Amino acid sequence: MKDWRADKLLPGGIIPKGGTAREYKTGGWRSSTPKWDEEKCKQCLICWISCPEGAVLVKDGKVRGIDMDYCKGCGICAKECPFNVIEMAEG
Amino acid sequence: MKDMSKKRIVATTGASTVAEAMRQINPDVVVAYPITPQTAIMENFSQFVANGIVNAEYVTVESEHSSMSACIGSSAAGARVMTATSSQGLALMHEMLYIASGMRLPIVMPNVNRALSAPINIHCDHSDSMGARDAGWIQIYSENAQEAYDNTLQAIRIAEDKRVMLPVMVNLDGFIISHGIEKVEFLEDEKVKNFVGEREPLLPLLDVNNPVTYGPFDGLGGFFMEHKKNQADAMERSREVILEVADEFAKISGRKYGFFEEYMLDDAEVAIVTLNSSAGTTKYVVDELRAKGLPVGLLKLRAFRPFPAKELAEALKHLKAVAVLDRAISPGFTGPLFGEIKSALFDLEKRPRLINFIYGLGGRDYTLHEASKAFETLMDVAKTGKAKKTMDYLGLKEVEVLA
Repeated sequence: MKDWRADKLLPGGIIPKGGTAREYKTGGWRSSTPKWDEEKCKQCLICWISCPEGAVLVKDGKVRGIDMDYCKGCGICAKECPFNVIEMAEG
Repeated sequence: MKDMSKKRIVATTGASTVAEAMRQINPDVVVAYPITPQTAIMENFSQFVANGIVNAEYVTVESEHSSMSACIGSSAAGARVMTATSSQGLALMHEMLYIASGMRLPIVMPNVNRALSAPINIHCDHSDSMGARDAGWIQIYSENAQEAYDNTLQAIRIAEDKRVMLPVMVNLDGFIISHGIEKVEFLEDEKVKNFVGEREPLLPLLDVNNPVTYGPFDGLGGFFMEHKKNQADAMERSREVILEVADEFAKISGRKYGFFEEYMLDDAEVAIVTLNSSAGTTKYVVDELRAKGLPVGLLKLRAFRPFPAKELAEALKHLKAVAVLDRAISPGFTGPLFGEIKSALFDLEKRPRLINFIYGLGGRDYTLHEASKAFETLMDVAKTGKAKKTMDYLGLKEVEVLA
């Protein structure tokens, strides 16, 4: 299955590898964008737990930003943040 | 101790013959949700599970939508999977039926044909399976308990064949066959085991060393339409597989199957086309009328999907008149089988006259009287070359309809 490409069909639309969602950049769906304020962030990680796309970037236990390749702009992080450090901007 | 490996001829119900086929197949996963009249199959099978004589993972779920979902998951994982249903249960599975066939999962499901409500009714008709006509499932019909057993065994091979990889629905008439007692011949366990073999799944989901993705999105920029053509092509290829499997089954059982059975059809001038148990009653009347010298015959369709249009046209072309019996109705059209037989005959230079009888809805009896009535009308159509009515009802009570 090494020579598989999307235009080489397998029955039922099977893709002979896993983790394919990573290759599908859903950031293009976004019509509003979260603006995260690093200064005010208390690092509670509630945004990271709440994000349905896993687009909140965390390293060494700290939020480092939001991955715009995958963020769909749903606004759940902004809604859930107890310290209002995420705001949704248009576009 | 009773030796279970010997060939047995027993008197039993259609439901228990199907359960016996399932015991001998011994699937990896059996998913069950009860619905009359299918319940008898699963009751029997659950006893095999309780007695420890099958290895199947027996999953009881909270609805038929869930039962087909569980079948889909298990089949994608690589298991050999079976379930059974009827009527409202099949209707509740409806959206999942398309997912099973679209993901090319060889699930085998006996469907004990029962009417769909309303009015509420638990008895036999074919409105359940006819409603699932376009779901991409292979549909096979069984005249009696023996055929239900034989078809269930063959369904495993047809479904899992690499040229096919499609789910198969084995239909048998609710109560008439599922609960009626008949003589049935069972094959030896070992013969069945060798016949069905083991499933060799293509890219199973549970092969953790080779991860695969099932059910991905396939939108505007993708290949949805190509996948659908691929699926339709597989259904086309199932034609040869159905015949090959039937040949192989004949070698171990002595019982021959094809797309349909022709009964006294070669030299007939008029014939009935029907599905399932009504064929048995019709054969009896064919014999009676033949004894009186009348040129009558029967064609009993076994494979409804794939639909053997070419072969049907060849088998029916010499007839003067054909009556298609439908145990279902498509309001605003005719019976569903009638429309399909009609289209199968369209390309013939000279076509038989065709009439449609709706019979047996909600379990209404189809007796020798109804079969005789159908042949009587057919003989008249053959003689005059005209049908008074294209579609009519058999066994309809005369009642006043108030509004």
